[in-house]
Amino acid sequence: MSQPRLMQGNEACVEGALEAGLQFFAGYPITPSTEIAEMLADRLPRSGGFFIQMEDEIASMAAVIGASLAGMRAMTATSGPGFSLKQENLGYAAITETPCVVVNVQRVGPSTGMPTSPAQGDVMQSRWGTHGDHPVVVLSPSSVLETYMLTVKAFAIADELRVPVILLTDEITGHMRERVVLPDPGTLPRAQRPRAGQAPPDIPPMEHFGEGRRVMVTGLYRDSTGFWTESPEEADRLVRRLAGKVESRAEQLTMVERWHLDDAQVVVVAYGCVARSAQRAVHLARERGRRVGMLRLSCLWPFPGHEIEAVAKRADCILVPEMNLGQIVGEVERAACGRCRVIGYHRVDSELIRPEELLPVLEGV
Amino acid sequence: MRFLRREYLPHIWCVGCGHGIVLGAVTRAMERAGVDQDRTVVVSGIGCSSRAVGYMNMDALHTTHGRALAFATGVKLARPDLRVVVLAGDGDLAAIGGNHLIHAARRNIGITTVCFNNGIYGMTSGQYSPLTPAGYRTTTSPFGHLERDFDLCRLVQAAGATYVARSTAYHVHQTITYVTRALSHDGFSFVEVFSPCPTYFGRNNRMGEPVKMMQWLHDGTVQAGQAARMTPEELRGRVVIGEFHRTQEVPEYARSYRDMIARLAEGGDQRAQ
Ligand SMILES: Cc1ncc(C[n+]2csc(CCOP(=O)(O)OP(=O)(O)O)c2C)c(N)n1
Ligand code: SF4
Repeated sequence: MSQPRLMQGNEACVEGALEAGLQFFAGYPITPSTEIAEMLADRLPRSGGFFIQMEDEIASMAAVIGASLAGMRAMTATSGPGFSLKQENLGYAAITETPCVVVNVQRVGPSTGMPTSPAQGDVMQSRWGTHGDHPVVVLSPSSVLETYMLTVKAFAIADELRVPVILLTDEITGHMRERVVLPDPGTLPRAQRPRAGQAPPDIPPMEHFGEGRRVMVTGLYRDSTGFWTESPEEADRLVRRLAGKVESRAEQLTMVERWHLDDAQVVVVAYGCVARSAQRAVHLARERGRRVGMLRLSCLWPFPGHEIEAVAKRADCILVPEMNLGQIVGEVERAACGRCRVIGYHRVDSELIRPEELLPVLEGV
Repeated sequence: MRFLRREYLPHIWCVGCGHGIVLGAVTRAMERAGVDQDRTVVVSGIGCSSRAVGYMNMDALHTTHGRALAFATGVKLARPDLRVVVLAGDGDLAAIGGNHLIHAARRNIGITTVCFNNGIYGMTSGQYSPLTPAGYRTTTSPFGHLERDFDLCRLVQAAGATYVARSTAYHVHQTITYVTRALSHDGFSFVEVFSPCPTYFGRNNRMGEPVKMMQWLHDGTVQAGQAARMTPEELRGRVVIGEFHRTQEVPEYARSYRDMIARLAEGGDQRAQ
C-alpha cells in the first residue's frame, strides 16, 4: 500500500496525469489552476516528457492536439477565461477524434469576476461551449483523492473513445488539502487508443503522424478516406457517429455515489465541492430522523438521466444545490420529467454552500 | 509528382490563382531537399492557401484559422525527428495567428513556414488583411486601405526567426531555392511568397488578367542586392525580395528540450534547491 500523504487537489491531478502516462503538457498560467502547470514543469522533463508554456490558452489547446496526433498522451489545464479561449480548438479535438484531457479548475465568472473564488459556472460551457453538435465527456471530482482517480480515468476514456475529456474541478477541490492514500501505481485501469484491427465499429482506428500512414486530419467534415467532403450524407453520418459514440456509452460512463436512497423522500443531487457540504447536511438530517438521501454525480456529461429517473420514481422531491444560477438543475428536471418535485438552491456570491445553510432547506421541502 | 495526392485533384483554387504555383514550388523544393514524405507533417490553418496541405501526399494537419503554428509546435515537440512544415495565408499567419508567429520565431522551433501572401483574405471573399498595402481597395476598404501593411520578414526576423526570405509566384526558381534552404535549415525558417489573387485582389483593384498580375509581381519587386544600391525614393512602392537572414547560431528549441531531458536523466539538475 502507498503511504498516506497530505495532498492538494491540483497536485492530485498532476499525480493522476503522470500515473496515466502523461507525456505532454501545454498551458498558460491562470489561477486557480496554476499549480498544475508549475508541478508538471518540474516533473515532466524528469520523466522524459514535455512541458511548454504557450503564448495563450488557444495555442496551448492547439499544441496539445498536435502532440496527441503525434502519439503522446497530452493535457492542458486552465480556469474560467482560459477555458473560454480553448473552445474552438476543443471542437477541433472533438471532430478530429483526438484524445486529450482538458482540466478546468472553475472560478467565478463571467469574465474576470472576482478572482479567484470558487464557482460551478462552467457546467454548460463544458457541454455546449464550442460551436456545433459534438460529443463531450465531463468528469467532476469532489475530493482530492477523487481528483486523482478521475484524472486517471479521464485519460482512459479519452484514449478509448478518441474524445477530448474535460476534468471539471473547482477552486475549492483544486486548492484544498486532504490526507489521501493513493492506489498503488499501475493498479488503476488504463486504456489504449484503438489501433487498426482492434477498433470498435463506431470509432476509427487511431493513426499517428510519422507512422508512414500519410494521414489527413481536418476540422472539415470528412468522408471515409479522411478527405474533406461537402456531401450532406457524409456530414450527417459523421456528426451522428461522433455524438453517438459517447451517448451510446452513457450508462457505462455513469459514475455516481448513492446514499440512503432506498427510503429517502428528499434526495440531494450534487457534484463537485458542493457535494461535500451536501453530504454533511444529509448526515445531519439523518441524525434528526429525516428520510433524506443523496446522489453524487462524478460524470456530468453524458448526463446520467437514468439515475435521476430512478430516484424521481421513489422520492417526493429532489434538491439540487449548485454554485451557479441553475445549470444541472435543468437537466435533473428534464430527467425527472414531472415524476417528483425538483428544487434548486443556488449561490453565486463566491462563497461555498455550507452544510448549515442546506440543512434547513433540506428539512423545509 | 510523388508529393501530391493526385486522386484529390482538381484543387479548389480559381483560375489564375498563385497558390498552385507556390505549392508547386514547395513540392519541387521538397524534392530538392530530399524530404522523406513518410517523416514529414504539413500543417495549415484555414484559408484558400491552407487547403494546400490536403493535396500533399504525407501526414497533413488542416487546423483552425490562425493556429497552424501552435498545432505544429505540439507536433514538433512530440516528434522532433519529423520534419514539420506550415503552409498558410497572410491573414492566417499575420492577423489571427500573429501572436503564434512571433512566438514560434522567438522559440526558434524547427518548423519551416511558407506564407502564401496574396495581400487579401481570399477564402472569405476579399477583405483586407494585415498585408494589404495602403491605398488598395478591398471589400472592407472600398475607399482605399488606410492602414499600413506589415513587413512580415522584418517582423519575424526581429522576433527571432533564423532563416528569412521573400519571393513571389513569378520568381518560381527563386522561391524553390529559398524553400529548399528553409527545409534544410535547423530552426525556425520563414519564406514569404507573393501569390496573386486575381479573383479578389486583382478584381477590386482593376489589375486585369492574371497575366497582368504576374507582370505586376515582376515590375513591383526588386532584388535585395540591387535594393541596397537604390535610394529610398527609388524604392518607394516596390517590394524587396531576397534572402534576408540566415544563422545557425541559435539553438533549435525541440533539441534544446531533449538535451535538458538528457541532462536531467543523468542527474544533472542545476536548480538551486
Ligand atoms: C476563428 C475564425 N475566424 C474567421 C474565419 C473565417 N476565415 C476563413 S479563411 C479567412 C481568411 C483567409 O485569408 P488568408 O489566410 O490570407 O488566406 P487566403 O484565403 O487569402 O489564401 C477567414 C477570415 C474562420 N474560419 N475562423
Ligand atoms: S479567391 Fe483568390 S486566393 Fe482564393 S483561390 Fe481564388 S484566386 Fe486564389
